[in-house]
Amino acid sequence: MTSETNAQVLTLPDDEAKVKRIWKAFWVLLVLTILELACGLLIYQLDKGNPSYSLILFIKGCIVIFTIGKAFYIISIFMHLGDEFRYMVLSMAIPMCLFIWFITAFLVDGNSYRNLRNTDAGSRQYQEQELRYMPMNVPPGVENKYKAE
Amino acid sequence: METAAVVQSTKSVWSGGKSPFKTSYGKLMMWYFLVSDSFTFGGFIISYAAIRFSSNYWVDHNYVFNEFPGIAGNAPLAFVSLMTFILIFSSVTMVLAVHQGHKMNKAGVEKWLFLTILGGLAFLGCQAWEWTHLITGRHAVLVGDQIQYWGTTMTHNPWGPMVVFNGGLVATPGPVAFGGYFFGITGFHGFHVFSGVVINTVMLIKTRLGHFQERGHYEMVEKAGLYWHFVDLVWVFVFLSFYLI
Repeated sequence: MTSETNAQVLTLPDDEAKVKRIWKAFWVLLVLTILELACGLLIYQLDKGNPSYSLILFIKGCIVIFTIGKAFYIISIFMHLGDEFRYMVLSMAIPMCLFIWFITAFLVDGNSYRNLRNTDAGSRQYQEQELRYMPMNVPPGVENKYKAE
Repeated sequence: METAAVVQSTKSVWSGGKSPFKTSYGKLMMWYFLVSDSFTFGGFIISYAAIRFSSNYWVDHNYVFNEFPGIAGNAPLAFVSLMTFILIFSSVTMVLAVHQGHKMNKAGVEKWLFLTILGGLAFLGCQAWEWTHLITGRHAVLVGDQIQYWGTTMTHNPWGPMVVFNGGLVATPGPVAFGGYFFGITGFHGFHVFSGVVINTVMLIKTRLGHFQERGHYEMVEKAGLYWHFVDLVWVFVFLSFYLI
């Protein structure tokens, strides 16, 4: 009887710490998601004007970093991978490195395809596209009269 | 004498009966399945990214996904944030169910599993609304020299570049690949959510029947949990690639 109560007293703080860790991960995920949303809405606001390309790219880069942070928290805390045996983690982390090549190669490929198309495989200069408008940025003298049915 | 002792201990390490990765077979195989599944999703998303990089124009997600049921007017990102919060929250309830399983607390596992299933169903409901809204909502598109009204589908994209026509601003047809990638990838993810809900329901029934209590451990709930967290993890990247950047 006494040993049982002793065991309970001993396991309780550990148990509380685990639950606390889970909720802490939840709050971190929530904050990161809100930061992502703030960045997304900032891009939306900036797009109404004429933002510089590198500024938008920088904000998008921040969003990607927040996303990687979220992925890290989900994998290490929720999926308990941080508590697993090191070599088991490596047996999955090393194949995952293929993604570095995968992402780089395909984005470079897509970019190259666009350049080749825009210049007819380098045989002519790329011409700037005609002016295009955002739905929320109606030019003066033009009505936004074609709306959804 | 010493060498003999070394041989003895080496033999005992190599003679089996031990998990080399200090985990059970089932959990390890679930992890390896998730690794392979992440390559499937990765392949889809990277293909989408490559096509997007190869285009001069892509749709602006802030105008495609800007509606919220019950709110008239423009609400960019609002609905998809709700979906994201639902999925993150259901991930927390799942990890709490696994935690109760470690403590052999049957009632606790039931309670948190039930909430996880509710979260999954809520997410699927949101996705059904979003798809219906996209497919059936018609938008003006300038095709040739006449205005047509298109929904967003695998074959039609009314979110192309805006041009001035008869003194009014109107969209032209956008890249068709958008619909295919959007419905393909969110559909594949939605199917994962659906199967996760089915798996969690089976886990809830088996918990109710006391199968895991009899077995002495809740490892099946843990494996279902790994799958469910993976579904949440994939959504983090779907959210990034379709709604944020």
